[in-house]
Amino acid sequence: MHFSPAPLHIPDGFLSIVISIVCWVITIITLSLAISKTNKALGEKQVPLMGVMAAFIFAAQMINFPVAGGTSGHLLGGALAAIVLGPWAAMLVMTAVVAVQALLFQDGGLLVMGANILNMGLVTAAIGYGLYRAVAGQSKAVRLSVAGVAAWLSVMAGALLTSLQLWLSGTSQLGIVIPAMLGVHALIGLGEALITVAALSFILQSRPDLLGEGSESAKGGRGWIVSGGIIALVVVLLSPLASADPDGLERVAINMGFIDAGQSAPYSIIPDYTLPFLGETAASTIVAGVIGIIVVGAVVLLIGRGMKAKA
Amino acid sequence: MPVTHIKSNFQIPECEGDVLVVKDLCFSYPDGHAALHGVSLKLCDGDKVALVGPNGAGKSTLMLHLNGILGGHGEVEVAGQRLSRENLPAIRAMVGLVFQNPDDQLFSPTVFEDVAFGPLHMGLPEADVRARVDAALEAVRMSSYRDRLSHHLSVGEKKRIAIATVLSMNPSLLILDEPSAGLDPRARRTLINLLRELPITMLVSTHDMKLVQELFPRTIVMDEGRVVADGLTQEILEDEKLLTAHGLEKP
Amino acid sequence: MHFDAFDRYHEKASFLHRLDPRVKTLVTVVYIVSNALLPDGAWLAFVFAWLFLIAVNLLSQLGIGYTFKRSIVALPFALIAITVLFSIPGTPLFSFQLFMSNLTITDAGLLRFVSILIRSWLSVQMAILLVAVTRFPDLIHALEHLKVPAILTTIIAFLYRYLFVLTDEVFRLIRARESRSAAAAGNRSGGGVFWRAKVAGNMAGQLFLRSYERSDRIYNAMLSRGYAGHLYTLNPHEMKPRDYYVTAFAIGVVFIVQILGRL
Repeated sequence: MHFSPAPLHIPDGFLSIVISIVCWVITIITLSLAISKTNKALGEKQVPLMGVMAAFIFAAQMINFPVAGGTSGHLLGGALAAIVLGPWAAMLVMTAVVAVQALLFQDGGLLVMGANILNMGLVTAAIGYGLYRAVAGQSKAVRLSVAGVAAWLSVMAGALLTSLQLWLSGTSQLGIVIPAMLGVHALIGLGEALITVAALSFILQSRPDLLGEGSESAKGGRGWIVSGGIIALVVVLLSPLASADPDGLERVAINMGFIDAGQSAPYSIIPDYTLPFLGETAASTIVAGVIGIIVVGAVVLLIGRGMKAKA
Repeated sequence: MPVTHIKSNFQIPECEGDVLVVKDLCFSYPDGHAALHGVSLKLCDGDKVALVGPNGAGKSTLMLHLNGILGGHGEVEVAGQRLSRENLPAIRAMVGLVFQNPDDQLFSPTVFEDVAFGPLHMGLPEADVRARVDAALEAVRMSSYRDRLSHHLSVGEKKRIAIATVLSMNPSLLILDEPSAGLDPRARRTLINLLRELPITMLVSTHDMKLVQELFPRTIVMDEGRVVADGLTQEILEDEKLLTAHGLEKP
Repeated sequence: MHFDAFDRYHEKASFLHRLDPRVKTLVTVVYIVSNALLPDGAWLAFVFAWLFLIAVNLLSQLGIGYTFKRSIVALPFALIAITVLFSIPGTPLFSFQLFMSNLTITDAGLLRFVSILIRSWLSVQMAILLVAVTRFPDLIHALEHLKVPAILTTIIAFLYRYLFVLTDEVFRLIRARESRSAAAAGNRSGGGVFWRAKVAGNMAGQLFLRSYERSDRIYNAMLSRGYAGHLYTLNPHEMKPRDYYVTAFAIGVVFIVQILGRL
């Protein structure tokens, strides 16, 4: 059985190197926070739990149900994972899922993995958990419907981020990619919402203790409600705006220099910053020289270590 | 069903219980369900003992007490050391517990990593770890499987590797939960031969009465959280009244 | 039931198979970064990078078409990039009508589109080759060596171990669903979309609880073997001279590719 690449798994080559690196930086910072929080807050028992939960999300993504016209709904799982495991653990779990999909199945690239983790693992967990946490203590019906809305929004947020990254990388036209991605994912998100709600109500029925007071699900603080709410609000406000007036958004981005920075490779950024007393050629020669020295140095070092390993 | 048949007059092998002593062990789960009501038993060096009884008799709960995963009231003593928080690591190295489902026991990607897990977490140096892995795999006749991936193994192979994962810790007591469950006849035969050869004290929980008859000189019968009989297998298997009372069948 | 289809490793005794997994991972990442750094339309560099890929493919003994055949996975995503054909200003090459709008393909747009596809196509093939010649547990060791935090590599190791067990369970659940949702001849089985979603959700919930309970049993098994909150691993890999030489060589190749891309 093969996976069909979901439109959210960006392959290598589709994002510019600057955007890829920016996404990696955001992802790494968030993950190091997640690691220190889980180390502190969670017992030693959490290691096998998170490991098996990662396998669970992976396997649960295969459960699908026919919607209409040959399409089928299935689960991404970020919101569900955050609601049952707590946000930090869910982020680590989703990171492992995205990493294995990329490494083992080439479902998503390696250089762009930072972006894929951000879109599918971090943002989905933040929204899913933040919104759900906001209605903690309310009736079951309220909690479940909010979980459904959160699941839908988490997919929309992932799609919106993916579109923006593609656009900033100069891979897609904003006016087309945003309506197309958001349109498709409005439907995919519906499947996500339905499965998430059904799965949660099943868990609430069989093991209410896993979602009750004192469980991992109930440990997140007010910060999650705020940040989840803000991301959700941005999605809700930005999506219709971007769909209705992509040119407006594009103008803003150009004015703020986002597009130039995103689309140009780092080497072409450098010439804009040439020192006044150096000619453009001199600067690029120096840069080329320095890079050359670094590369030759690295090669020599490796060969040296090779000889040492032999001895 | 009230248990009327307390401790039979079967002859229990004479010894001081130099490997394991359990005295008046009681345990209730957090939900209030009482699983053990004053269990006592002794195992001696070289004993091979079957633990039988219906589902829910408390066999698995008892096993989880023997290396301190669960902690009830009463005494557990392994090789003369009383189980406490301080000597938990030492006790866990002495008591090799093999769970029923090998997919829970084998949690690492490769056979080597799984068999090495125990010795590594006992803090042994790398060379010792490797030597123990090789010896343990040799003991279960699976040396050629060292670098295999766990998910590629058959159920029978997984069971044998699962035993190797605790043999590598050089335990003085081997505890197996349902070792023959889910095995086809050939894999079962291989396992029986392996258990017979292993020169180690063992306590084996099972529903497989043929296995009990063939392999274990001594049998302990548990029901409703109590030991209801403890004696020579031959004699217990002849006592049809006892067997029927506790949902067991003569092989 | 086994899902060996999930295993992308192909047992061979090639030079590439014996290389240290760190080297293979590192070279793959460097190669992919190098592709991303190449400017649009750097044809000479693209060809050179492709030749390197072919050479590595030959070394792997998997057959020259191995990665090519599997590289098709990334193709559907090309749709996303198709808009650059029309959106980048340049000399018009070709115009046509579609859905009432007039679309013009420009030379600059075509250049960019083709460049994106080539970068992606080369990169995905190298990643395919990496997992074909490296056992996944070795790949995890490589990540450990390359300083990926232990908690992540541990989760990944568990994920890899149990994805086979849990997908087995999913397929059992799906088979059970199918055998119960019988339909009279000529009728569609099952209720509406909501009902079907509920069934799928219940399956997910059931799978979650089973996984949760399984993690408890695994935790007990780990405790029984001395686990006390800290995980120790042995890294059975040691860099050999050839591993260093290969890394040096690959960096040299990538450097030349970068120079060719800027001539």
